[in-house]
Amino acid sequence: MSLSKLVRFRHGLSVPLAELPILDYAQFSDSLLADVAADARVASYFGVPVAAGLEIFAILAHDWKEELALLRTRVSGSFPALTPRCPQLHLFERELAEQFGVRPLHHPWLKPVRFHAPWIDAADIWGRPRGVHPVAGAMEFYRVEGEEVHEVAVGPVHAGVIEPGHFRFQCHGEEVMHLEISLGYQHRGIEQQLLGAPPATAIYLLETAAGDTSIGHATTGCQLLESLAGIEAPQRAQAIRAIALELERLANHVGDIGALAGDVGFLPTASFCGRLRGDFLNLTAELCGSRFGRGLVRPGGVNFDLGADLAKTFVERLQVLERETRGAIELCFDSPSVLARFEGTGPVSTDDAEALGLVGVAARACGLVRDARLHHPFGAGEGRFDTPVIEIDGDVFARGNVRRREIYASFELIRRLLRYLPDGPLRTPAAPLAADSLAVSLCEGWRGEVVHAALTDGNGRIVRYKIVDPSFHNWSGLALALRGQQISDFPLCNKSFNLSYCGFDL
Amino acid sequence: MLGIIRERLRQGHRTGKFPRVEPTLPSRFRGLPVAAAELSAQQQAEAVADCPFQALASVGTSLSIDLGRCLFCGDCPPAAQGALQFSNDYRLAARTRHDLLVGDREYRLAEKLNARMLKLFGRSLKLRQVSAGGCNACEADLNVLGTLVFDLGRFGIQFVASPRHADGLLVTGPVTANMKSALLDTYAAMPEPKLVIASGACAIGGGPFCGLAEVNNGLGDLLPVDLFIPGCPPHPYTALDGLLRLLGRR
Repeated sequence: MSLSKLVRFRHGLSVPLAELPILDYAQFSDSLLADVAADARVASYFGVPVAAGLEIFAILAHDWKEELALLRTRVSGSFPALTPRCPQLHLFERELAEQFGVRPLHHPWLKPVRFHAPWIDAADIWGRPRGVHPVAGAMEFYRVEGEEVHEVAVGPVHAGVIEPGHFRFQCHGEEVMHLEISLGYQHRGIEQQLLGAPPATAIYLLETAAGDTSIGHATTGCQLLESLAGIEAPQRAQAIRAIALELERLANHVGDIGALAGDVGFLPTASFCGRLRGDFLNLTAELCGSRFGRGLVRPGGVNFDLGADLAKTFVERLQVLERETRGAIELCFDSPSVLARFEGTGPVSTDDAEALGLVGVAARACGLVRDARLHHPFGAGEGRFDTPVIEIDGDVFARGNVRRREIYASFELIRRLLRYLPDGPLRTPAAPLAADSLAVSLCEGWRGEVVHAALTDGNGRIVRYKIVDPSFHNWSGLALALRGQQISDFPLCNKSFNLSYCGFDL
Repeated sequence: MLGIIRERLRQGHRTGKFPRVEPTLPSRFRGLPVAAAELSAQQQAEAVADCPFQALASVGTSLSIDLGRCLFCGDCPPAAQGALQFSNDYRLAARTRHDLLVGDREYRLAEKLNARMLKLFGRSLKLRQVSAGGCNACEADLNVLGTLVFDLGRFGIQFVASPRHADGLLVTGPVTANMKSALLDTYAAMPEPKLVIASGACAIGGGPFCGLAEVNNGLGDLLPVDLFIPGCPPHPYTALDGLLRLLGRR
């Protein structure tokens, strides 16, 4: 029997902390496991230090019921890890250990996540010296030993123009037996900087949590601040946010398909999509001056209008772009040599995807119907998004094909949003943040759901800000996809997930 | 095969005519900022206090703008009541940190390398890029230079995989504590003589992450920088213009 507090949830909400009882850890664990067994998944899980130890908040999403289950408990020192019974918590519990020096007992994989000193005055559980910055990547890696078994270490500096991360492969010949991913190189300490009033720099930090998801993170963050302030962005602003979000999706999905084609040596689609991706970024720049949507989404609404003239330009340009994008993509998906490389490569089973709590494109490619646009729509998207794209094979082809079909669905969605753009103002005036509250906000970025959560104190100041980028859930999916694959397929598998390092590292 | 050729014809020739023809940028694009000439002391003080990244300072009756700190967010012009406007001019790259100050004098765009360096790199420049923190937007818009629209290769500039093959290090990101040693190792692995390019507000001065405990506020004290490319992230044409100026091609 679950003791979690169920709340009806759309895209953002704020609940007074007084309504959330502090359960003892056993009740908390049982309730969490009962909810997960009843179709919920962990959207966010974080700690906040209090005088009597550490408070843990769990936010579980019952997607089909449009409900969130909220749980709160208090621990100190050490507590039995839930990871053995709920694998999707494994990184969240490691995070608690690294940030607050607590020890989840019997955690099967208790290693640092981002390589920083504890946030509070607590001893580092790995015994790393105090006063010295931990060394990124310094941890025990899982090792396979035996004749002809070898280890391949890659990164943090990679061959291309990409972000840093460290990958450790245990191989037998070409075959990868295990891949371990160690990140943290991009760790900037964003969450701690978002505390307080919130600071004047907050919106810029949200926009740059993961630069390719600027609209996704800024929208989620603004929805959070709006729900804490008890205001809502005007309908017109919500529609403009939804359009910008779809443009972000188009740019990244088209770029990803081009990159997938490039990785299997199919150059026509690679070069066409490279150009088309830029054209979508340029459309975002027509709206707000920045190719990444910087400066558009602001608490209370948006900073730029999409007037009738611009809307007409959008419709015309999208019509041309859709024709060219379809041409470029279909070419690739019609080529037997491309399909032969995509199909069956890097598969993740539906059960594994569910156990790991994958989200977004990676989850939908494994047959999981998880799309926040469907389950947790914004005002403007209300009733309009009804086409979640599902594939079941969980391989590179499935992840590519989810993108391909989502691209076509996004064109349709933008057209509808442009046609029914509501009239009205662009900004709602700011209001003070609610005191002693927990706020949650959620939005389907192009990779998957972005979840922000915040806690306020008695004066309405933020005491904990928690960001979960879809990559936080999905990196484990990539590690699993590589099992039994050839190491030479790593670039292709990696590209099919295309996860964010900075969104994970924060 | 026929399908590929047909699609190729349909997609058309897309490589831009830059630098022969100037690019057309969106009308809302925020390029080189211009401050109004006559501002009251109060207007100046408000504008200076309004920028959370301390990009603005008072100079005489006007404002100076530090492009190394400015995120081109556009949030300040309305706040400063038209005291500051962003023009459509994408050319922003400069050779020294001091040159990034826009104010009472004409903005000094990057000058070309000296004769010896030009002889070495003028027609072939290989760059190793290191992402040292940051948000991946700078990297994304550098990758764009490799697409057929910009076609970086036609200028003899190329991103290479190994620092051993590189003539220059192009750094993005504020340099996080966790990337500092990897960045310095990469620099050390490059043969002399070598160039360093700081691309984006983060690499120049920490950008939106300026002052965070886990970052170094850019390259400043770590490596000698030869070219600064402002922006958050820099527009691909800003970066390309800067690289071509450095090589004396503009």
